[in-house]
Amino acid sequence: MTIASPSAARPSPLLATLKHARYVISDNPVTGLAFGMALVLVVCALLGPYIVPHDPYASNTAMALKPPSATYWFGTDQLGRDIFSRVIVATRLDLGIAVCSVALVFAAGGIAGIASGFFGGWTDRIIGRISDTIMAFPLFVLAMGIVAALGNTVTNIVIATAIINFPLYVRVARSEAQVRRQAGFVQAARLTGNSEWRILLTQILPNIMPIMMVQMSLTMGYAILNAAGLSFIGLGVRPPTAEWGIMVAEGATYIISGEWWIALFPGLSLMFAVFCFNLLGDGLRDIVDPQRRT
Amino acid sequence: MLKLITSRLLIAIPSLIGVVIVTFLLTRVLPGDTAAYFAGPAATPQAIAEIKTKLGLDKPLIIQFGDYVGALAKGDLGTSLSTGQPVITEITNRLPASAELTLSGLILALVIAIPFGIAAAVKQGSWVDHSCRILTTAGVSLPVFFTGLLLVYLFYFRLGWAPAPLGRLDAFAMAPDTVTGFYLIDTLIAGDVETFRAALAQLVIPALTLAIFALAPIARMTRASMLAVLSSEFVRTARAAGLTPWKVIIVYAFRNAMLPVVTTLGMVFSFLLGANVLVEKVFAWPGIGSYAVEALITSDFAPVQGFVLAMAILYVLLNLMIDIAYGIIDPRARSEA
Amino acid sequence: MHGVIDPATAGTLAPSEEPRGPLLQVRDLTVEFATRNGLVKAVKNVNLTVAKGETLGIVGESGSGKSVTSYTVMRILDRAGRIAEGSIAFSGIDIAHAGEKQMRDLRGREMSMIFQNPRAALNPIRKVGHQIGDVLLHHLQADPRNVKEKVIEILNQVRIARPEERYHAYPFELSGGMCQRIVIALALACRPQLMIADEPTTGLDVTTQKAVMDLVTELTRARGMSTLLITHDLGLAAAYCDTVMVMEKGEVVETAPAEQIFRNPQHPYTRKLMRATPRPGISLRDLLPEEAQTRGRVQASPRPNPPPQAGEGGPVAPVEAVATPDADVAASNPLPLAGEGREGAAAPAAGLSSVAKGSPAPAAEKTLQPLLKVENLVKEYPRQGAPIAFLAGLFGKKPAKEDGIFRAVDGISFEVGKGESVGLVGESGCGKSTTSTIVMRLIDATSGRITFDGEDLSAIPAKSFAHHPMRKRIQMVFQDPTESLNPRYTAARAIADPLLRMGGMSEGPALRAKVEDLAGMVGLPVDLLDRFPHQLSGGQKARVGIARAIALNPDLVILDEPTAALDVSVQAVVLNLLEDLKHKIGMSYLFVSHDLHVVQLLCDRVIVMRQGRVVEEGTAEQVLAAPKDAYTRELIAAIPHPPV
Repeated sequence: MTIASPSAARPSPLLATLKHARYVISDNPVTGLAFGMALVLVVCALLGPYIVPHDPYASNTAMALKPPSATYWFGTDQLGRDIFSRVIVATRLDLGIAVCSVALVFAAGGIAGIASGFFGGWTDRIIGRISDTIMAFPLFVLAMGIVAALGNTVTNIVIATAIINFPLYVRVARSEAQVRRQAGFVQAARLTGNSEWRILLTQILPNIMPIMMVQMSLTMGYAILNAAGLSFIGLGVRPPTAEWGIMVAEGATYIISGEWWIALFPGLSLMFAVFCFNLLGDGLRDIVDPQRRT
Repeated sequence: MLKLITSRLLIAIPSLIGVVIVTFLLTRVLPGDTAAYFAGPAATPQAIAEIKTKLGLDKPLIIQFGDYVGALAKGDLGTSLSTGQPVITEITNRLPASAELTLSGLILALVIAIPFGIAAAVKQGSWVDHSCRILTTAGVSLPVFFTGLLLVYLFYFRLGWAPAPLGRLDAFAMAPDTVTGFYLIDTLIAGDVETFRAALAQLVIPALTLAIFALAPIARMTRASMLAVLSSEFVRTARAAGLTPWKVIIVYAFRNAMLPVVTTLGMVFSFLLGANVLVEKVFAWPGIGSYAVEALITSDFAPVQGFVLAMAILYVLLNLMIDIAYGIIDPRARSEA
Repeated sequence: MHGVIDPATAGTLAPSEEPRGPLLQVRDLTVEFATRNGLVKAVKNVNLTVAKGETLGIVGESGSGKSVTSYTVMRILDRAGRIAEGSIAFSGIDIAHAGEKQMRDLRGREMSMIFQNPRAALNPIRKVGHQIGDVLLHHLQADPRNVKEKVIEILNQVRIARPEERYHAYPFELSGGMCQRIVIALALACRPQLMIADEPTTGLDVTTQKAVMDLVTELTRARGMSTLLITHDLGLAAAYCDTVMVMEKGEVVETAPAEQIFRNPQHPYTRKLMRATPRPGISLRDLLPEEAQTRGRVQASPRPNPPPQAGEGGPVAPVEAVATPDADVAASNPLPLAGEGREGAAAPAAGLSSVAKGSPAPAAEKTLQPLLKVENLVKEYPRQGAPIAFLAGLFGKKPAKEDGIFRAVDGISFEVGKGESVGLVGESGCGKSTTSTIVMRLIDATSGRITFDGEDLSAIPAKSFAHHPMRKRIQMVFQDPTESLNPRYTAARAIADPLLRMGGMSEGPALRAKVEDLAGMVGLPVDLLDRFPHQLSGGQKARVGIARAIALNPDLVILDEPTAALDVSVQAVVLNLLEDLKHKIGMSYLFVSHDLHVVQLLCDRVIVMRQGRVVEEGTAEQVLAAPKDAYTRELIAAIPHPPV
């Protein structure tokens, strides 16, 4: 028995993935751009409060409603606060809400969906009924109702955003699990003595993961929009907290008198973040898809 | 056909039941004190206790639910604390304003998005296609309230083309007699061209805001499903039979491609009804969305609950219509009924 | 003959009516496709001629460019494809340079096409009558007043019963064979001069295939039409074509009259293809190329050859003058590679000699010792929504709902002896796959008894069978090699799975050695073991699946159409590999297939199933040579085969 030839030639899976990521990025510069944008967002979220030029909460009525200048890059608001600093600092809260809600729904919706698709029967019926009921509401309206009922806090915004995304995750995970439940390789795994749970963990889950990751990235954008929309109508985050949605709401009153910068910059940041995650979602699909790996 | 409609109606019933249960649960099974929510922030303990008895919150949950359903059946959604009006009256009065706005936005979106999506798919790789892709990705990334504000700044403040974003009619115009509740239609019925123009001027920018928002998913789906259908084998058969490109695109490809688009409309409606709330706030539009937002700010819960319920019922009905439309296009769905 | 011709285009279109000139002449045709990896030539310097009334068959395996050639003639290539060189003349018209308007007038009226997968070839939401009517109206063969009448007349011609009713049917309401008739009606509606049939019967059952092909032949003959038949099936081409053209990798390797090409194939590739096609009266070894056979004998000598290190398109050892750069076949040494000296080198020789067919003696002896015994097996499904009922609905008109229960398997009994190979044959929906899945213990039967080596298996529920010690004694090779491999497992990991789960082995050099050993047995080069399924060819994936199935030395292996997704040359190699392994390990096979000829090659006994019941059972020779049941006779008669 010899073990001479094999292991030397085998590349590590991590290295292969990295190589593939580099290939995809060089192949598709837009995805590279999206990664760059995401990096900017993450840096702002982590380091925001330490790098901004002004205190985001310090008001200075003498400097109220000043258009963008060398000192105040994005101008100042009605209380004379620096909009640039506020926009940067707000990244943490906006991304935080989105990340938390997406993580929550990824776990809950993913598990429910996979169980639903893999086990079928009553599990499927009950979970299906729950998501149908959620889907029977216009989602943003339901989120409004939930936050209004549970109480006007940031935590409840996270929960509401997770709940309205639940059916989406269930549907994706369920259909993926269902397709694979009778797939040849799953049958083959049954023949080799894997229990149903083991098959779920080793055969089904790793194959569904990539699709769920793409889903996560795409719903990140939606979660950001949703949370910002809720705070725009006065739910969740309250002034004077720096948050993009509420800052746009504050700027809304001034736009008809021509002070455009108060609403514009937080609005653009929102767009930037959502656009970034949407692009990233498309790019991720290419990276995790083993069919395209060469 | 009748069979199709009945079967779809039967499917809609569980959704309606679910909606009623959820709205009930939202008000009753809360971590906080429900009576306090209903009483409003400034209520005294006595007032809260009174409301508790009045709402029957001291009874078992199942009885409460029975009462709730009974009240619903009578069209009783409670009374708004801030205006003192029954919620149902306010919602019915304000619904046409919201409906007019949402439908105008949707129609505008469909009229732009579908031809655009088809053109992008038929001329794949051309500038039409590229602009379609850029527009759809950018479109889904735009917060709808932000688009609204940008348009207001541009068309009202900068260009002065649009009137001030303050409701359905400016202060000097008289609202037409209510027939449908849609100002565009009612003014025409009354033959009042002046007011029609005023109403249209007020409507264009908010409807455009909604349309930009709804356009992206429709155009994206139209393009994708047209591409899929155009590369399908039956289109190849039609081509191999020598049919004209026009006939192939319209009779063979387009009708098939519409099936996923019709399905997507359900999702688009879900987004639109939500976006409607935000747009109504930006444009001070007197619809049910702004009614709910005003109530939220004053912690007036009955209108919010009534609003959520009304929107959900509306949405279930819209989905029902979509299902029926789907059945009309697709014989396979018909035969399953 | 051509009905009304649009006077505006009549001038350009009037086909030259010279009686002897070829209808279609293709000269030096090269077609390029723009792909991610640059320009790819799908068709290279192809020449072909179709005379009036002639039927030309283009035969080739996947990727040979046969379909691209035919699409080019119709000028319906994808956007990415274009004619790089060469000319196409169709009754005097220069197709390569004709305007799109002119091509539209030709398509459907002068040349038409029928496709593989008839159901997908029809618009799913338009009534079939209207689809045929569209073509008639477009080519002015009918006007809106009489179009329905004309369509019904055409439906009658393609033998569709109750045409008035079917005029209003949607494709999903018709069976596959019926849909193909509609597609034929579409193609023949305007009485074109040339019909291109692209794999017209792939995916149809063999009896339906015969009905469809006979219809096409009859109708085209009656009209004096020329036909271009594209197929991967040499037997089909032989049975229905005057001339046969063989293509390989975009090039024509041989063109000759059908009789001649089968009796005396000139090109090595044609010979290889010919040999690989299963047909009556030959043995498994006859399927392999001559070179490989001699090579096999050489290899049976005491010193084993080093395993061929042919990867994807890698160079093949020069000695083996197999005239094919096909990586899969090259790598597929038909004979077991002596992996690490595990097996005595004599084994292949033993395998070879015992392969010689027609030795009923051992078979008779084996039946005395039954390994698997199935008695009165029944599987019922509720009619609606059940997968089997759904399949039945796909292939035929849904049966009336009598009692809401559908019997997929209706009381069948059979035995498989130790070391015996039994074939389970039947058309789609006959219950053969359901039977094998039950025997496999993946689903439970409604009633009946399965005894395996004396133990009652039907008593153990399928759910808990995964942990039963019996599990490792029954294994399976799946139909679709791609689908049966987890896309995230390497070949090595896939083969190791049963060893880890039930073989009592754990990660480490011993496992790796065992996996390499198994790879050697199935002829999978060791350097391919760390690849993922999408990096392997179809034949290589099939080998991985086989290695996984034999990893635990099972007693019974169920082969579920293991070669249905493979090209014939690869099929030949895989079948031989299975035969060798059987003799080496001493397994029994239950071979599930729709193809009697293939089954006959590998199996001692054959069971023919129809509608959930066994209609005939006997030794392979008996069933094929002297079938007793009328259905078996019909089945055998329907298989087309080369005249050799």
